[in-house]
Amino acid sequence: MSTATIASQQDTPSLKARLLGTPSVGPLLVLVAFCIIFALTNPRFLATQNISIILQQTVIIGTLAIGQTLVILTAGIDLAVGAICVLGTIVAGKLVNLGYDPVFSMGFAILLCTGAGLAAGSLIAGLRLPPFIVTLGILGILTAALRLISEGGAFPVRDPFLAWTGNTMKVGGFVLTYGILIMLALYGFVWYLLNQTKWGRHVYAIGNNPEAARLVGIPVRRHLLSVYLLAGFIYGIAAWLALGRIPNADPNAMQTANLDSITAVVIGGTSLFGGRGGLIGTLIGALIVGVLRNGLTLAGIDPLWQDLVTGILVIIAVALDQMSRRRN
Amino acid sequence: MTDQRTPLVEMKNVSISFGGIHAVDNASVDLYPGEVVALLGHNGAGKSTLIKILSGAYKRDAGEILINGEPADINNPRDAKKYGIETIYQTLAVADNVDAAANLYLGRELRTPWGTLDDVAMEAKAREVMGRLNPNFQRFKEPVKALSGGQRQSVAIARAILFDARILIMDEPTAALGPQETAQVGELIKQLKKEGIGIFLISHDIHDVFDLADRVSVMKNGQVVGHARTQDVTKDEVLGMIILGKCPPKAIPGPGAMQVA
Repeated sequence: MSTATIASQQDTPSLKARLLGTPSVGPLLVLVAFCIIFALTNPRFLATQNISIILQQTVIIGTLAIGQTLVILTAGIDLAVGAICVLGTIVAGKLVNLGYDPVFSMGFAILLCTGAGLAAGSLIAGLRLPPFIVTLGILGILTAALRLISEGGAFPVRDPFLAWTGNTMKVGGFVLTYGILIMLALYGFVWYLLNQTKWGRHVYAIGNNPEAARLVGIPVRRHLLSVYLLAGFIYGIAAWLALGRIPNADPNAMQTANLDSITAVVIGGTSLFGGRGGLIGTLIGALIVGVLRNGLTLAGIDPLWQDLVTGILVIIAVALDQMSRRRN
Repeated sequence: MTDQRTPLVEMKNVSISFGGIHAVDNASVDLYPGEVVALLGHNGAGKSTLIKILSGAYKRDAGEILINGEPADINNPRDAKKYGIETIYQTLAVADNVDAAANLYLGRELRTPWGTLDDVAMEAKAREVMGRLNPNFQRFKEPVKALSGGQRQSVAIARAILFDARILIMDEPTAALGPQETAQVGELIKQLKKEGIGIFLISHDIHDVFDLADRVSVMKNGQVVGHARTQDVTKDEVLGMIILGKCPPKAIPGPGAMQVA
């Protein structure tokens, strides 16, 4: 390297570099563009009532996507998000219907979901098995086990505490459910962990370069375990939010939750290769999916088209990520 | 060596094998405070592997490590750091997606009284240390992957000297550097030496390190060919050790020395 190039380095990166370095800018533009298109084509889209509906529809996938983001940041992938969440709804519902205290039932269900995360983490970090296979296996085991527990069918769960997350409050014309607030609080908490703490920085370092992380003295395996543990806990909270939306425990529910949560994360600009991205992007990604589905429904378009457009968005997002990696 | 001081580092009869191949076979090296020892050998001679045992990246199969004459229990990189051993790896071991300051403190982040990351303090200290190494470096806000090879190497070196190392391991430290930056690293090594730090310099190119080193230890096929003070041997003699395993008269032969019939 010559002295001339060293001297010409600027202290502050260019605007373009900063935009490329802030992965949530692109998704935000996409979200705004969709909102403008839908608002122009249908005046009902921007009604406060409709915005509340979009948020409510985003709650479960939005919450699951928090855990998925953590896992993907470590260069893993979690195919058991939906199954672990359903585990939570079935166990909580079953216990309450058997007459157990609802707080205990929900708490126990969340604990079990955390345990499922811990099991996945132990296999991935302890035995160094690929996350894809481990979570696929857990998906299969849980799906079968849950159908056995619930004897095949869905059952209603009528308990005010379990349904509490679906209760609404009015904030300046907006109808918000407690579930929406819990989701946003979780986003805030995990954002803080990822961006302001040592724990979060190590998540990025491990996803970025696990060998370098090990060599600088980060206990990589223990850290991975904590990531899957926290993800499992978040899926458990999502189970509570799911019971608030639909008071029904269904072993066949959430079959698209895996793909939807991965979609939210990827559209939100988090790299499937790990170490890059963040939670703000994921929240925007989950909202993009919600807005798209809602807007197309309002426009009277066949739901199949929603999946098609979502699919195209995922591929574009991954292609953009790959291109920006090659640039370096 | 007639030196009566206790060596800073003594690796005694260290062996490690990978799948039946003896990468390091019964190797012994030592290092004194304020001394630079160059570990030389071809690619694959076992020098990097030997030194990764000292830095905790690999676990030895046999042998012992003494630090200041006391047996040291080094099983992972964290253990090594506790003994004041800092390493600049050939691969640099940097996290590409975070900036220079975050890389300098990776694993040992500074925190505010509230337990959050103290990025301001880390960047201030990073500017100070990087200023010593590479005064022109200003790109503190960018992810490390945007930096040139030389700048990335500066980041890796800065990380090693940031935490008051007593033992510094530099594996091909100037591989990605231009002549000016290489000279800066040379100056840095002399300065660290004065502070009493012991330095292992690993290189496959004798010209890079001969003038900086007090002693050379040469490895070949996983074994130590021999040790010599640089003032006692010529570059050609050391090349003979590297290539043929032939020990010159003033060198102390090791198990890997060519047997003269």
